[in-house]
Amino acid sequence: MRKTTYIQAVNEAMRDEMRRDPSVFVMGEDVGYYGGLFRVTRNLMDEFGPTRVLDTPISEQGFMGMAIGAAMTGLRPVVELMYMDFFMVAADQIFNQAAKMHYMTGGLLNVPLTIRGQHGGGKRYGSQHSQSVESSFAQFPGIKVVAAATPYDAKGLLTAAIRDPNPVLFLEHKMLYFTRGDLPEADVDYVVPFGQADVKREGKDLTLATFSFTVLQALEAAEELKAEQGIDIEVIDLRSIVPLDTETVWASVAKTGRLLAVHESQSNCGIGAELVARIYEEAPDLLKAPARRLGMAPVSIPVSKPLEEEVLPWKDNIKAAVLEMLR
Amino acid sequence: MEQPSLRTDAPSSSAATDLGGGVLSTEQLLTMYRMMVLIRRVEESLLELAESGKIGGAMHTAIGHEGSAVGMAAALRPDDYLTCTYRGHHHSLARGMDPKRAIAEVLGRSDGFAGGKGGSMHFVDPSLGLMGANGIVGAQVPHAAGMALSSKLQNQERIAITFFGDGAIYQGVMHETFNIASKWKLPMIFYCENNRYSEMTPIARTSSVSEIYLFARAYGMESVQIDGNDVEEVYLAVTRAAERARAGEGPTFIEGLTYRLSGHMAGDLETYRTSEEIEMQRQYEPLVALTKRLQAHGVADADLEAIRAEVEKEVEEAVDFAQNSPWPDKAQAYTDVYAL
Ligand SMILES: Cc1ncc(C[n+]2csc(CCOP(=O)(O)OP(=O)(O)O)c2C)c(N)n1
Ligand SMILES: [Mg+2]
Repeated sequence: MRKTTYIQAVNEAMRDEMRRDPSVFVMGEDVGYYGGLFRVTRNLMDEFGPTRVLDTPISEQGFMGMAIGAAMTGLRPVVELMYMDFFMVAADQIFNQAAKMHYMTGGLLNVPLTIRGQHGGGKRYGSQHSQSVESSFAQFPGIKVVAAATPYDAKGLLTAAIRDPNPVLFLEHKMLYFTRGDLPEADVDYVVPFGQADVKREGKDLTLATFSFTVLQALEAAEELKAEQGIDIEVIDLRSIVPLDTETVWASVAKTGRLLAVHESQSNCGIGAELVARIYEEAPDLLKAPARRLGMAPVSIPVSKPLEEEVLPWKDNIKAAVLEMLR
Repeated sequence: MEQPSLRTDAPSSSAATDLGGGVLSTEQLLTMYRMMVLIRRVEESLLELAESGKIGGAMHTAIGHEGSAVGMAAALRPDDYLTCTYRGHHHSLARGMDPKRAIAEVLGRSDGFAGGKGGSMHFVDPSLGLMGANGIVGAQVPHAAGMALSSKLQNQERIAITFFGDGAIYQGVMHETFNIASKWKLPMIFYCENNRYSEMTPIARTSSVSEIYLFARAYGMESVQIDGNDVEEVYLAVTRAAERARAGEGPTFIEGLTYRLSGHMAGDLETYRTSEEIEMQRQYEPLVALTKRLQAHGVADADLEAIRAEVEKEVEEAVDFAQNSPWPDKAQAYTDVYAL
């Protein structure tokens, strides 16, 4: 094992897959010669050249559609969206085309496409550059959705995404980019399979299920709750949102009797709502108290620092929600 | 006038910009000079504030782009509509936005024009015809066409202008809008601020078309390429385009060649271009060009110095005002989701 940044882990996943499989290529805005606005595709141009690292114009609808065409004919494109918010410009291609292609064609065509890029708030980018978008994607059958919170999971999940025969959305929270963690040595080939949640912290009083940057916020909240109140919560990183590993979550709730689902995106119509609905459908008897969800307030993300802090459901909100549930 | 090349190593205006002999009086040029200096100093102050960590997110300044904004503002009526990009401080200031409230907004303070919710990328003031800067490349362009349509349907004389960059041309929505606006003869102006770069990528790397104004011709639109650093040339081109629009002759496309002297956004390390390139472009930037023009009009350097000193004071006061403006109340986070 070695310590790397999250950016390095994402970069290595693309690099290693491009080395292993000549059908993998990367495209997006500023990804080539510049190496990506957030430097996530750095060095790829040097190693693989302009036929496998494509600098596109600002034409999200066009290049997303082209990635789909390439994916239907033997290639494995990895498309970077500079800010995940821009998926909306390419929405028809992603949802009406990529997600439905396999089903509509009775299985004759498939789209092994990876869409990746950074999302989320916390850096005062405002309403059109800060959104968390997983629930919009999860609404459409045919596309998988994953979000890594650590460098290890980032490399393993992105590798699995590139090898998957379906369209996959891989989410990178902008607050995670410079976080560091363990990564296996460069020559170790591994994947983190989809549909497997990971218990990031064991505890007995409450199960907190989340993904992406709020995993780190939840872990901090857990340590503070332990130190300040002696409360011991279990933190589950869902990692994969579609498919969703409810088994691991229910096993934890069987122990704690309490479920709190947390995510940065708005709580209404979110993954938290989904998880809470499902436990009432599938395993209501495990609950000793009502299951709850915590997400962002139903507003767009404002620029002003205190306003942004107010709406993001981070550590303090998580602690408050846990305390309320255990009162 | 000889058209400068679009290569990034070519000057953004021909060195031989014809001094004097223009249509604007010395008085008018001095007013323009004042506004250009104001924009420049506001942008420079914002970059300093960003460097000290007081501004988050993405802030795009328009240092080097002042010519297009100041020439446009002088040519249009105060109630004409305007939409622009995240790089929109200069248009807003030129149209009369108070620097105090502009800087307060960028800092996320309560005295900002949007109470700190929108910030640098979303400059707006409907009372000045400023109908919104946009964070999504290309999105503001159909809005302006819609405003022109609205004016036409309501038999008004107002026209619309929309600003966008060279990189925006390759969004599909641009071409959808060009076609409709031309066919419907919408009273509007498409103004492309061609600064040679789309973020960190020079435009030649992502398109085989080097003359952007030709795109509009393909849609049957009147289209010109001008020296966007020459405020007088901008003024003339926008004036003509506005006359055409108001006369029912349809939209005009203006490609104004310019150069961004600052980074794409605050914090940009600018590894994608050389300092020689930037230095070369400094010779042709709008303030330098206008200063030469004023000198040719016989204006004394001391008069220009006096204007700069006056602006310096105004901008310092604006920065102070903004930094002392209170943070918005947290309750503001929950307002404005729906109109009442
Ligand atoms: C739909 C969309 N895609 C990408 C971006 C990211 N982005 C912001 S500015 C920019 C470059 C725009 O270049 P240009 O149109 O030339 O304008 P300039 O910034 O040079 O003024 C890009 C790619 C965005 N904001 N929106
Ligand atoms: Mg540009």
